[in-house]
Formats: sequence, structure tokens, C-alpha cells
Amino acid sequence: MRLTQGAFSFLPDLTDEQIAKQVQYCIDKGWAVNIEFTDDPHPRNTYWELWGHPMFDVPDAAGVMFELNECRKAYKGRHYIRLSAFDATHTWESLRLSFLTDRPTEEPGFVLERQEIEGRSIRYTTRAYAANRPEGARY
Amino acid sequence: MNAIDKTKPTEEKRSRYSAGVMEYRKMGYWQPDYEPKDTDVIAVFRITPQDGVDEIEASAAVAGESSTATWTVVWTDRLTACDKYRAKCYRVDPVPNGPGSWFAYIAYDLDLFENGSIANLSASIIGNVFGFKPLKALRLEDMRLPVAYIKTFDGPATGIVVERERLDKFGRPLLGATVKPKLGLSGRNYGRVVYEALKGGLDFTKDDENINSQQFMHWRDRFLYCMEAVNKAQAASGEIKGTYLNVTAGTMEEMYERAEFAKNLGSSIVMIDLIIGYTAIQSMAKWCRRNDMILHLHRAGHSTYTRQKNHGVSFRVITKWMRLAGVDHIHAGTVVGKLEGDPHTTKGYYDLCREDFVPQNLAHGIFFDQPWASTRKLMPVASGGIHAGQMHQLIDLLGEDVVLQFGGGTIGHPMGIQAGATANRVALEAMILARNEGRDLLGEGPEILKEAARHCMPLKQALETWKDVTFNYTSTDTPDFVPQATAAE
Repeated sequence: MRLTQGAFSFLPDLTDEQIAKQVQYCIDKGWAVNIEFTDDPHPRNTYWELWGHPMFDVPDAAGVMFELNECRKAYKGRHYIRLSAFDATHTWESLRLSFLTDRPTEEPGFVLERQEIEGRSIRYTTRAYAANRPEGARY
Repeated sequence: MNAIDKTKPTEEKRSRYSAGVMEYRKMGYWQPDYEPKDTDVIAVFRITPQDGVDEIEASAAVAGESSTATWTVVWTDRLTACDKYRAKCYRVDPVPNGPGSWFAYIAYDLDLFENGSIANLSASIIGNVFGFKPLKALRLEDMRLPVAYIKTFDGPATGIVVERERLDKFGRPLLGATVKPKLGLSGRNYGRVVYEALKGGLDFTKDDENINSQQFMHWRDRFLYCMEAVNKAQAASGEIKGTYLNVTAGTMEEMYERAEFAKNLGSSIVMIDLIIGYTAIQSMAKWCRRNDMILHLHRAGHSTYTRQKNHGVSFRVITKWMRLAGVDHIHAGTVVGKLEGDPHTTKGYYDLCREDFVPQNLAHGIFFDQPWASTRKLMPVASGGIHAGQMHQLIDLLGEDVVLQFGGGTIGHPMGIQAGATANRVALEAMILARNEGRDLLGEGPEILKEAARHCMPLKQALETWKDVTFNYTSTDTPDFVPQATAAE
């Protein structure tokens, strides 16, 4: 399967040139770009691991791309990596853009477990196949 | 009021409170020197008096009948602080290019209204005056809601920012589709459409306004099959998915029962229709706030009173009321689709949904500066006759904080529903990527779509199928203004 979280997952994987353009767009808007990675892609896993702080004072995309490549050296092929952009503007104060830059080599996807409960109701649980293995050894 | 004898000889001697009939303008409802207070509610009406009726008197009558007055003088006014409670018409302007009609500005003291009640606000402002005989027609164009009144409402149960956080979707419009055919599918077949559309790439599917609990599909069946579809699509994509389960029903008790069932099945969103009424809407908004649910409002029925310029209530007023009432989604027009929508007027609605401060903009139909005092943002929904080939226009016109709903444009795809959904999602992502790269959407839009279609056969087919579909009709509801006009207050 192909995990479709993030703004651009239905497009072919972005090239570094394309990623840099998106980063520059965020920086020009005054947003802080953040790098995160995980090997637990559950749709409700909100808190991916931080690769350092969000970059509040980076003047252009090159700095972010440098850090992204450092993160890739450590995790590429074994983790998902995403970029997100924080907007501190009053009444927003949250993310403005989030997209995947890297995926594990294999994406086995999720199993949907159904527990039959009262009446015809079903309680659903989504679980990543990879999550059966310990953190760090999943992909 | 044209029946009133204005030449009564005793006029000047008669006191304000002598028994009998008196012109509204003389009873204190016309005060051209009045300066509205920051805490006043201000309404601007488009007034079309009957032939021979003076516009000032007609406007004063609207002020009177929407606040304290009745048709005759009553001595019991003197038991009250009546000067405070009287609404004051303070300005009457001819409508540009609208002979025989006027814009009347009326200020209402805040004490006239109950805290946190759209029912009370609307009962005052539109409760009595629209059938008033001396008027041919009357339209509530806009209202300035003071911060002091806004703060008595909770506002949207969830709001755009938290909705995005819950769904984990940022930086692009959300994508939806209304299940079609809107009537007749069994629960099992209905869920099939939901699954296909969500798996293909949509974020949401939607019940239509008149899908409630009919013989062909009872509501519990629909909810059960829809949640199977949602969860299955979620597991297939690793992405949060949802479907607006319409809980509209004959009584509040039934609506609560349906909403509780939706919550227990794990739905993140429920839906209501505008025709359930303002109080029911506020009740459902409070329920959603207590239960972590997103509340989708389908504006069913609004065109009966919003569409004609000379009579009714403008949709910009309904939008303001709904942001106060606390819904999270509201259908606000597509401009390019099959339903009514002048681009400037629609832009005005979108601003009222999404901005924290909306400046006066007569070209957009916004008569007053409107502060929202950090009230959560209301997600506008564009639905009705739109397709992937219009993606560049939609994003250019409507921005990214919007739900784009392609019903026919998903389900009518020649290769099936999943293909239709994928076509829309690819078109959307390609357009956002290009916009962020600084490309000119209106100029290069068709080219961007063509490039994206090179790696996406469903998009190629969608562009081919609907390439010539447009809905170009003249809008009936457009702003009337003089471009150089200055501030309304």
C-alpha cells in the first residue's frame, strides 16, 4: 500500500528540487519548518519524533534541506519522514502545511480489526502490520 | 402609514404620548444625528416602500416594528427607559441603480437581545417587519454584530484549525462528495459508494440534505454501513477519513439519539440541515462541543429567502448567525458550479467564515467592519456542479481552507468512483504544489492539470469527460454599490 498522509501523497514522490520549493514557500510566509520521522504510521499517531526544533530562523530552504539530508542519513528506508510548517499567527497557531518526503522501502499497510459488540455495532481498530515488531526494527 | 393624516391641526400641540396614531419618525425611530455605539447591533435593510410612502417614514417604521413600537402610541412606554430601547434609524441612502429602494441603517441597543440566542436576535430583527403593508419588499442586507454580543456565543464547536488538527490534513482544501443517487440506495449499497470514494482519495463523503430515515434506508443501517466503509478506507490509506452522517430528524430527541449512535460508532462528524431551525442548530452545536464532533451544516432551504435582492435575508447575515450558532462547516457557494453565486458576493461569505476581522467592502456586499474577537473559524464548503477541470479556478477563487465537494464529479467518472476520487485528489495536490511553487494558477491551470494527468489516467479521463462543462448564468444576488463610496458608519 501507499500511505497517503500529507498534502502531496497522490503525486509521484517529490524530488529534492520540488521539496526545496515547498520549503521556500513556507519560509517566505514566515512559518517555521519542522522535520519529523516515525516508524509508526498509524493515522492517529500525532507525535512523530522531532529531528531537532522547528527551524524558526532559517533564512532559506538550503538550511532545511541540509537537516533533511542529515535525518535521511540516519533513517532513510526504515522510517517515514515528513516536513511540516508552523504558523504562529494569532487565531491560527498551528500547522499550515505537512507532507511526506521519504517512506520506508516496503509499506505493508494496516490491518482492520473488527470486534462485534452489542446489536450490530462493531468496534474498529486499525493497526499497522509493522507495529508488530519493536520500535526501530519495523521496516 | 401613508394613511396617517399629516396635516392634523393639533399636531404641534400634541405630546409624544397622547393616545392615537403618530408617524414613526416622530416617535423617535428616526434620529439622523444618532451615532451608533460600539455595543449597538446595526442592521442595514434594503427598503422598497409602496408608492407614495416616504422612505424615511418607512425606514423609521421598520426600526419601530423591529424594536419597541406598535401601530399606535402606548402610554406604557413611559414605564420603561424607552429612549434606550427604541431602535434608531440614523441613515437612509438611495440604492445605487435601484430606483424606488433605499438602504436604511438601524441601530439597536444591546439590551434588546438575549445573550447567546440566534432565535431571539432573529425574532427581533426579522420577526415582524417583513410583512409590513407599507412596504413592497424588504431585505436584511447585513448586520454589524458588536464584540460584546459575539462574546455571548460559543462559536464553532471545532473550527477550521482544530478540525485540521484532528484530521491531520494541512495546506490543501479537503475533498468531499455527496453520495448519489441521493435517494433510493439501500444502506449496503450506500456504504459501497462511501468506501469507493474514500479509498480513491477523498477525505469525506456526505449524506444529502433529504437523506434521513426513509423506507428504502433506515438511519441506523446507513450509519452502520457507512462506518464500516470509513474504517475500511482509513485502514487502506493510513489516512483519517470521515462521512457526514445526517442526523436531521423530526424532533430534537431523535436527533440526539442519532448523533449519539454516530459518536458511538466512531464517526468524527455529524450533519444537520438549516431547516431544523436556529435553536436546534445551536443545541446540536453545543452537543458537538461536548462530544468532540465536527458539525456540518447543509444550507437546505436558504434560497427561499436569500436569493432575491429586494426581499428576504442575505446569505451573509445567515453566515454570521451560523458562525455564532456554532456550526463547523457551511455551504457557501462555488461561483463556478451549478448553484447561484456571484464571485464578489461569495468572496464576502468566505471572508465572514474564515477571517478574524472582515473590513467593510461594499464590492463584496460587506457593509460594516466586522470583528470576530477570536471566534473560531467556520469552514466553507463548495458543492454543486464542480469537477476536476475547474481545480485551478476553485483554488484561485476559494483558497485552501474550504471543502471542495465533487458529487457527480466523483461518482460520474467513466471508470468508476475510485477513479473519480483519485482524479480529484491528484488534480488538487498538483494545483497546490504548483501554487506554492509560485506558478500562476489562472494562466497555467489547464497546463498544470495536463501535466498531472500524464501520470494519472483517471485524471486524464475526467478532464476529457467534463472538458466543456460550465454553468454561466447571470447571478440574481449581486452587490449594489458606488465604487467610490466611503465608510458606511
